[in-house]
Amino acid sequence: MKSQSNGKDFCMFALPGLFCFVAVMMVPFFYGVYLTLTDWNGVSRVKNFVGLSNFGAVVKDIQFWSSLLLTFKYVIFVVVIVNAMAFGIAYLLTRGIKGQNFFRAGFFTPNLIGGIVLGYIWQFVFSRVFVSIGSSTGWSLFEASWLSDPSKAFAALVMVSVWQLSGYMILIYVAGFMGLSEDVMEAASIDGASGWVKMRHIIMPLMMSSVTICLFLTLSRAFMVYDVNLSLTAGAPYGTTEMAAMHVYEKAFTSRQFGAGQAEALVLFLITACISGIQVYLTKKKEVEA
Amino acid sequence: MTQTTIGGTKKKINNALAMAALVVIFLAYMFPFVMVVINSLKQKRDIIKSPFSWLFTIKGLSFDNFVKAYVQMDFLSAFKNSLIVTVSATFLVTILASMLAYYIVRHKNWISHIAFVLMVASMIIPFQAIMIPLVSIYGGTLNILNHRATLIFMHTGFSMAMSVFMFHGFINGNIPIALEEAAYIDGCTHLQTFFQIVFPLLKPIISTMIILNALAFWNDFLLPSLILTDKKLLTLPLSTYSFYGTYSADYGTIMAGLLLCVIPILVLYIALQKQIINGVVTGAVK
Repeated sequence: MKSQSNGKDFCMFALPGLFCFVAVMMVPFFYGVYLTLTDWNGVSRVKNFVGLSNFGAVVKDIQFWSSLLLTFKYVIFVVVIVNAMAFGIAYLLTRGIKGQNFFRAGFFTPNLIGGIVLGYIWQFVFSRVFVSIGSSTGWSLFEASWLSDPSKAFAALVMVSVWQLSGYMILIYVAGFMGLSEDVMEAASIDGASGWVKMRHIIMPLMMSSVTICLFLTLSRAFMVYDVNLSLTAGAPYGTTEMAAMHVYEKAFTSRQFGAGQAEALVLFLITACISGIQVYLTKKKEVEA
Repeated sequence: MTQTTIGGTKKKINNALAMAALVVIFLAYMFPFVMVVINSLKQKRDIIKSPFSWLFTIKGLSFDNFVKAYVQMDFLSAFKNSLIVTVSATFLVTILASMLAYYIVRHKNWISHIAFVLMVASMIIPFQAIMIPLVSIYGGTLNILNHRATLIFMHTGFSMAMSVFMFHGFINGNIPIALEEAAYIDGCTHLQTFFQIVFPLLKPIISTMIILNALAFWNDFLLPSLILTDKKLLTLPLSTYSFYGTYSADYGTIMAGLLLCVIPILVLYIALQKQIINGVVTGAVK
């Protein structure tokens, strides 16, 4: 483009998009930082400047920390199980079996459906179908609904999230396996590497870039879980399955503590960003070129 | 010779085992969907008796649940709302993001540099860190909640950074500047050059972005739930939520309602399976 009409070009090409981005992302973000310094309740006209006392309140909000602890536990379970399963399934899928595309597409289906609908589907499965299995077979694991017991409700949440997320990760791992060079695999086999040795020393290092992506995606999604949490358990029984994102929502929109809620949202964001950053740094270091 | 045959049978057995494992996992995956389909056709008392009873053993098999769910969810209105929001926001973000990305690639000045860095950095900010101030600004000060246009605008804004990032990468790597120079010599204006020369060349990345953005907009719950409360404006996820809250004990109707929500996406998925899967993979790997 020629430079003399730079201003006009900027207004035509860049300004509309930039305006949307700034109005919806940037302004609220910085306004949010300001909100944490006030005691606003969301309705009143007055916002009193309260300094850092909201962050003090965050430190003292035991419920927030217990929801955060629960979120950590949840994230660890989800990230490990999703990636182990997806990696395994993708490995099986790329061994040249028939119907690879069919399986891949099928596993991905839950990803297309919103978390609210998925949560409700599973609520029915846990509270009616499994209970019916329990009462007809006498299997005590299923006799009462999982959703009415804190630790089983947590397990249910992990299970549904694994079901929801793994299809996506399968796609990425399959793409990774398909990208492995035939030559390298053949050379490894000729050199006598097979089974576990090949997996550990040849396949794993070459798959690290897929691992980086999948870990990052599962981490950031699991930390921010809300939809499934809301529709599957809604924090029940007695708030024992309330994750951090849901706690933030309740704090701001139900308890009407916008400042404190926003402070907790920022704390959650910083923790997530740090952990994802460390993860990307660590796994990127292990990536190799074929 | 024997070596290869042994290797061959071993491989066959391994593949058969892999297949068996996959089939078992796959059936387990599909189990909830099967339950929904079966029970959506049954009466409540049959569901309570046994959610497992198969179709042919049921006497009261009917589509009544679907009719009930359709009416109670106000399905048509919710579907229409979702469609309007998704299509408009996807259209807007595709046009605006591609133009912005094009500007950033072709103009190496300080504004485009800062804009790009800000956008990439903003991609790690989760929606939850924005939602509270968002509601205070647009609900309090500006008071423009409860309009479809507001939701469309916000969807556009929130997906801008990621879309610009993707378009930027594509334009940088695939669009030769020589083409544009030729167009200028032929007397095209900048807008003409963009829409007639550059935009058609962006087709692969456009289809990826349409799929990614449309899926996200269609399924989003949290943002619309903060923006829309007027019953007439509810999108599908929102009306599912309020429908479930009211009729949660009426299992058959609920299952039918959930199925109604899933069917449009499934139809689209079956039709565009290849494009959707490719789009999602490209989106993730970039």
